[in-house]
Amino acid sequence: MAEPKTKYDRQLRIWGEQGQTALEKSSICLLNCGPTGSETLKNLVLGGVGSITVVDGSKVELGDLGNNFMVDESSVGQSKAKTVCAFLQELNDAVKAKFIEEYPEALIESNPSFFAQFTLVVATQLVEDKMMKLDKICRDANVMLIFARSYGLTGFVRISVKEHAVIESKPDHFLDDLRLNNPWPELKRFAETFDLDTADPIVHKHTPYVIILIKLAEEWARNHGGVLPSTREEKKEFKDLIKAKMIASDEENYKEAMEASFKVFAAQGISPSLQQIINDSCAEVNSLSSDFWVLVAALKEFIANEGGGEAPLEGSIPDMTSSTELYVNLQKKRSTKAEADFLVMEQRVRKILKKIGRDPDSISKATIKTFCRNARKLKVCRYSLMEDEYNSPVQLELQKYLTDEDYSTAVGFYILLRAVDRFAANYNSFPGQFDGEMDEEISRLKTTAVSLLADLGCNGSNLTEDLINEMCRYGAAELHAVAAIIGGIASQEVIKLITRQFVPMSGTFIFSGIDHKSQLLLF
Amino acid sequence: MAVSQPSRSRDLDKLLLRPGHLVGPNFEPGPELRDDIKEYVKVLVVGAGGLGCELLKDLALTGFKYLDVIDMDRIEVTNLNRQFLFRLEDVGKPKAEVAAKRVMERVNGVNITPHFCRIEDKPLDFYSDFSIIVLGLDSVEARSYINAVACGFLEYDSEDNPREETVKPMVDGGTEGFKGHARIIVPGTTPCFECTIWLFPPQVKFPLCTLAETPRTAAHCIEYAHLIKWNEVHGSRSFDPDNPEDMQWVYSEAVKRAELFGIPGVTYSFTQGVVKNIIPAIASTNAIISAACALETLKIVSGCSKTLSNYLTYNGVEGLHTKVTEFVRDKDCLVCGPGVLIELDKSVTLKKFIDQLEDHPRLLLSRVSVTHRGKNLYMQAPPVLEEMTRSNLDLPLFELMGGVAKDVIHVNGMAGKGDKKQSCLRKLRVVFRGVDGIADIDMAGGA
Ligand SMILES: [Zn+2]
Repeated sequence: MAEPKTKYDRQLRIWGEQGQTALEKSSICLLNCGPTGSETLKNLVLGGVGSITVVDGSKVELGDLGNNFMVDESSVGQSKAKTVCAFLQELNDAVKAKFIEEYPEALIESNPSFFAQFTLVVATQLVEDKMMKLDKICRDANVMLIFARSYGLTGFVRISVKEHAVIESKPDHFLDDLRLNNPWPELKRFAETFDLDTADPIVHKHTPYVIILIKLAEEWARNHGGVLPSTREEKKEFKDLIKAKMIASDEENYKEAMEASFKVFAAQGISPSLQQIINDSCAEVNSLSSDFWVLVAALKEFIANEGGGEAPLEGSIPDMTSSTELYVNLQKKRSTKAEADFLVMEQRVRKILKKIGRDPDSISKATIKTFCRNARKLKVCRYSLMEDEYNSPVQLELQKYLTDEDYSTAVGFYILLRAVDRFAANYNSFPGQFDGEMDEEISRLKTTAVSLLADLGCNGSNLTEDLINEMCRYGAAELHAVAAIIGGIASQEVIKLITRQFVPMSGTFIFSGIDHKSQLLLF
Repeated sequence: MAVSQPSRSRDLDKLLLRPGHLVGPNFEPGPELRDDIKEYVKVLVVGAGGLGCELLKDLALTGFKYLDVIDMDRIEVTNLNRQFLFRLEDVGKPKAEVAAKRVMERVNGVNITPHFCRIEDKPLDFYSDFSIIVLGLDSVEARSYINAVACGFLEYDSEDNPREETVKPMVDGGTEGFKGHARIIVPGTTPCFECTIWLFPPQVKFPLCTLAETPRTAAHCIEYAHLIKWNEVHGSRSFDPDNPEDMQWVYSEAVKRAELFGIPGVTYSFTQGVVKNIIPAIASTNAIISAACALETLKIVSGCSKTLSNYLTYNGVEGLHTKVTEFVRDKDCLVCGPGVLIELDKSVTLKKFIDQLEDHPRLLLSRVSVTHRGKNLYMQAPPVLEEMTRSNLDLPLFELMGGVAKDVIHVNGMAGKGDKKQSCLRKLRVVFRGVDGIADIDMAGGA
């Protein structure tokens, strides 16, 4: 037996031990195990979630063999939930796999408390009214929910969670916290020990660009009444100032300084998005507040006091041309400051916890440290209830999408995906589901879609005949490739929600398999 | 309304049997289309790894019956978090063979032929046999090679338009963590891999002087142990990244160096990551990208919908972003263009021709092998073939090519200068001076 974690090596490099532990503790419920649901779970089982529960009341039919890899010839006529569950178990014996042979639609009506036991519910191929009911159940039980649906060459994915706070958002690109234009006192003193006009060429070419920029920014400010470059000319002049300090053309550190000169002009203080988080009413904490908001409350105090308008310093710096000694020294200066900021934050967190009547030690040092390291990158995602979106959408947004060429196909599919459910409620089958009178189906779907739009207060003239026609052609087909895309997206979002790392999608993702010009619609 | 007969292709039939308005120009819906895809379309999947496993499953469930898969790798434990066709007991077995077997076990009627070998080991006519090639690779070099092979089949007519019967379309996918891309390549119409090679910038290597003199990061310490210290201590024995003892040695040397300089962050796992250049990979992203590739494959073959035009990027790091970019062809592309034109006298020998290629400013080809219409004129390797073709070197190329006035030939060799050489395949248009019927040289191959 290989070392248990070796098989997870390639993903541990993305979400680490902590993320993996969160996955292993999670319990996932899948509603309907057609290809969309089966593919979603496949990706999660491979990743090593704690347990899965597959809920589906149907039997495997011949048609299922053509679009679902998790059923085979020998399972025709047997429980689909049982068959799919058995295959999924084969993929990873560390996962506890269960199945319930029951229709999710019935379960939603008969046993709403069933869903409270799960970390997250993946609801696939449900129609509108069942989605709305399930949404309320999960919202009340504080269970994360994600909807996924494949329909011909279209489909959607939508998250429904009251609030999802992310500490480790791990963005690809983020401005380093270098404090070039407002160095803390120790960094400032360290910079003062350098002479950019040194005659020693070895020292000159090994001075880290951070030091070069701090000194030149200070020099500039001294000569310009305390103000940093702001106009385009001034910025160019500043760059020329850096260039003028070069004594040889191969000085990588000066080249790096010129490339990074824009970081000197960056605004001081925290970003608007962090400002918004600390201004959130949830940052006024009480005994019911989550750990995240307690930490934000402490952060808010820190920024207003010790931070002098800045968040706690991040520990690390990017690599830059420098002698080993200077780089290590610079790194030490930073970690000393980061540690000091952390200690202040810790004190504030403990004080706040005490004030709201919680155990002052109920948030671990490690959590506070991670929070400090990521304080500038916090994210809070909130999702409206499906019912609110469906019954009173932001009409203005919808109308805007309808008339925007980039969005017209996606929003058309959004309307039609809802219209087919109304259609099915009226006619007991989806448009074009069975072979026969296609023209009649098309005209019925059109009437349904136009009246849906009218209910939403919008004009139906932007919905093209071609798209309505296309939707009838699909006849509720669940194509394997589309299901694998939709299921793949759903599982990626599930991982982000459970690990609490990276940022989950917002709004409704509408897939367009015609040209892949899919869109996120934000209502 | 009639209730459909139970059928395995219940869902796919809706797309392939029914007419639509938002479809490809050549779409002819009907049961014949569905059956023709099964009987006459052969798809090659290159790579049986994270993308390849998904691709085989997706294509088998997307109406394709004849699939081939080529991969030189064996299954490793670290594959198991995403390469869902493999189990712990399969570790050590060839990926292509296990993947083919597993899919055939589950999807009735599908035929998958595995090829456990390097892509370069197959003759060119192996590749010409497929209707479409789908790439599930993680290396730029391998993509470049397959791209050159597929573009090598392309011929242009006298108006410089691609001859349809020589077009070998490709669908290419790639992932890294939460990000990925899918693209379609129709040689002569869309950009080929080489036209947009800038999308894959070469990996930045640390300067050796940084490693030797001013290490600052954990990666510097690891690369010092791997690239400098290893050679100092082990001399000619080269480092084997798959040997745990070698890896352990590099790790402990890196730790020593890091301690010496006060640099934090050297771990065994990080050492492996740096030395093997490990790209993080997860099941979900591979699933999304592969399925997008399989869907495009079906659309290219059947016309049942419009096709991606022509490059899709997917990024799930911060929210969810998808973007379609329509890149344009590089008209002067050496790979997918009509081929570099070479004018020769009838008396020029094969040897002299080969020597010319080395000095040709756009080609700079050394160690050249030459093929004409599938016939080996000269081969550098293997030794048996070299010996067999050596006598051709002193014969005039004009004669070797059957006395035609102009034609396309394929050459294989090393391109570039100094230490930047890489193996490549080039298509050349050869025109002989003073042959009857040739008034101008403005033609594009194909006699
Ligand atoms: Zn090209």
